[in-house]
Amino acid sequence: MSFTETFLNGAQGAFKPATLTPMQKMILRFVVVGLVFYAFAVIEGMIMRIYQVTPIPVVPTVQFFAIMTAHPLVGIFGSTYAIVFGAFLFLVPFLMKKPLWSIPLANWTCGLLAVGTFTFWFAGFLSEYAPLYTLYWPLPADFTQFSLWGGTFFIVGIAIVMVGVVFFVVNIFRTITYTPAGWAPQPAGALLGSALGLSGLQAFFTRQKQDHLVSLPVAAIARGTVDTAFNAGIILFTGVLILVYMVAEIFGTSLKHSAVDALLYKNWFWWGLDLIADGLVLIFVAGTWYLLATLITGKKLFMENWARAALFIEMVVSWTVWSHHLMSDQAQPGILKLLSGEMVTAFELITQGLAFFITLATLWSARPLKMTFPLRFLLGGLLGFALAVPAGIMQADLGLNRILHNTQWIVGPHVHVAVLVGLTMTLYSAIYLLFPIVTNGARLYSEKLALFHFWAHLLGGIGMGAFMGMAGLQGMLRRSLYVNGEFNVYMILAALSGSLLLLAFLAFFYNIVMSLGLKGVIGIFTPSKLDTTDPVPAS
Amino acid sequence: MVDSTTVLWGQTLAYTFYVLAIMAVMGWFALRVTQQGPTPAVRPGLFYAFVAFLVVLGISLHFITYYTIPWKPMDMHRADITPDKVFDIGVAGHKFQLPAETLQVACNDRVLFNVTSSDLTYGFGLFRQDHSMLFQMQVVPGHMNDILWQFDKPGVYSIRSTEYSGPAGVDMVVKDAVVVSCEKS
Repeated sequence: MSFTETFLNGAQGAFKPATLTPMQKMILRFVVVGLVFYAFAVIEGMIMRIYQVTPIPVVPTVQFFAIMTAHPLVGIFGSTYAIVFGAFLFLVPFLMKKPLWSIPLANWTCGLLAVGTFTFWFAGFLSEYAPLYTLYWPLPADFTQFSLWGGTFFIVGIAIVMVGVVFFVVNIFRTITYTPAGWAPQPAGALLGSALGLSGLQAFFTRQKQDHLVSLPVAAIARGTVDTAFNAGIILFTGVLILVYMVAEIFGTSLKHSAVDALLYKNWFWWGLDLIADGLVLIFVAGTWYLLATLITGKKLFMENWARAALFIEMVVSWTVWSHHLMSDQAQPGILKLLSGEMVTAFELITQGLAFFITLATLWSARPLKMTFPLRFLLGGLLGFALAVPAGIMQADLGLNRILHNTQWIVGPHVHVAVLVGLTMTLYSAIYLLFPIVTNGARLYSEKLALFHFWAHLLGGIGMGAFMGMAGLQGMLRRSLYVNGEFNVYMILAALSGSLLLLAFLAFFYNIVMSLGLKGVIGIFTPSKLDTTDPVPAS
Repeated sequence: MVDSTTVLWGQTLAYTFYVLAIMAVMGWFALRVTQQGPTPAVRPGLFYAFVAFLVVLGISLHFITYYTIPWKPMDMHRADITPDKVFDIGVAGHKFQLPAETLQVACNDRVLFNVTSSDLTYGFGLFRQDHSMLFQMQVVPGHMNDILWQFDKPGVYSIRSTEYSGPAGVDMVVKDAVVVSCEKS
């Protein structure tokens, strides 16, 4: 096939959008949205990497911080949430062999994530609203530094995303518990108890053996979704609080900032945010590792009951771990720093370590395995968390935090290695594995490009995290600017590593477009002509 | 006394060694999992031993740092320690308000920095001439933010806000603000 033919119709013309079920179209829309916003995040990341080497004249400092404000939110809500939600809305019915409760609601989730993310990104870009995602009170309501209207639209955008998140949560739990038309009544309470781990907990204490009504990956999705729901509630409440100040200001009344206690706000904010960072991300990732390992090997998961217990512990840990963000806050009670900050955080080493071991042992049980792209990226994802979690445990120590807090160490070896190498490579593994399933056998355009994607992403992600970490150990702060080249050696190397990440994404994006073809990508967004609720067409 | 330079070097060495080791393990695994050969089952005993190792590692880290990093116990018990010197510092409008142009400290003195903010959340950190960090804390409005520090080496330190407080906070640096002198007068 010529280049033009392949570009229009996809590799070997194998992708036929007309054969896609509504469920397949739904997940593919989520993936497209997620990849578009990933492109936003990568490009923004590169702008910031260059800015850390030398300020770009056409980008004022406040715009740099506006980019920094939107960047993690675009990455989390616009990209990761979109890909993860799409995958789980497909996988829960696929694994439970029952229809999704509502496909239209799933499509609404996709649309709201896309519209909401674009709204807050655009509001931030236009108005240079830059209180950062941490929103430390009263910074988000400091209208001497930030645009009132820009901030209002920024918060509205976040609220739209959260409505989409609530729709996702409802759809997941209703799918687990509802009775489809024509089915025998489903034991909703027992299904929910099994999904959340309550029946397992009861069985542990009563020593009565019970069969699990839902599979381990579905249990992981349900438990991570609990954190997703709590987090949506926290962010919506916080957004409303900030909006109250903004609306009052619009109507000419300045409310007293001191009515909100800054430390209490900080505790509230981090309690909610850690439901993502230390909750649903770790739970969803562990569940995805288990699913990928069993699908790649065709074997039963090693130590499955331990894996279930670890997921439950991780969920509880995520509710009690937030104080590790407040170790440098001297007014924070010492007992919270010790118990929540140090000790509970240490449990994350244990739960993630268990998931790491169980996944590797499951893979080992099926050797020799072919080094496919799903396996390759899964190993990359495992390595990412093996690097990032211990880095996080180190900074969650009262002694070390005194010299690490808010340095590039936090955001390099911990945050970016966890997100870019650990989480994103796990998602890529799932995408490569699900690609033939959700496209009814579309051909990957180029294996060489996929191999380049793997190595460039792995080396770029680890390299960027490492050089940022080295700068952090030398005292370089995050959320700051050094305009005299104080840390330029590290920042240049981090920027070069970042450019590898950009090249990796471009290779992947090109490969996917050439695999599906332009007509195929457009076809994803037209309504399916198949009248079925099945995830894939009946063979 | 062990200072932050020593601790950071120790951390750099330990983490670098760990990174190289885990990358080697993953490389070995990736190679072996694709090769033909006998596949002994992973024994549950190995799994339980790994769990025990993680528990010991996770908890012991904090005990080790308590007994090796001097500022950790001092910070936890600072309310019971009488400082040799107290500096009351204010922060407002993205500016540090110091009690003197230069804060003079004698060697081995335990100094309490008491920092209050009247508007936003800031940070308070001391940095060496080579930009490396001595220590930092958060400065939250409406709350007491105090840190006790013992200086046992001569040096000149800059104060820098270690928390983002808007673009205007980028320039919150007071150069050579703290001078530690070890000469006896």
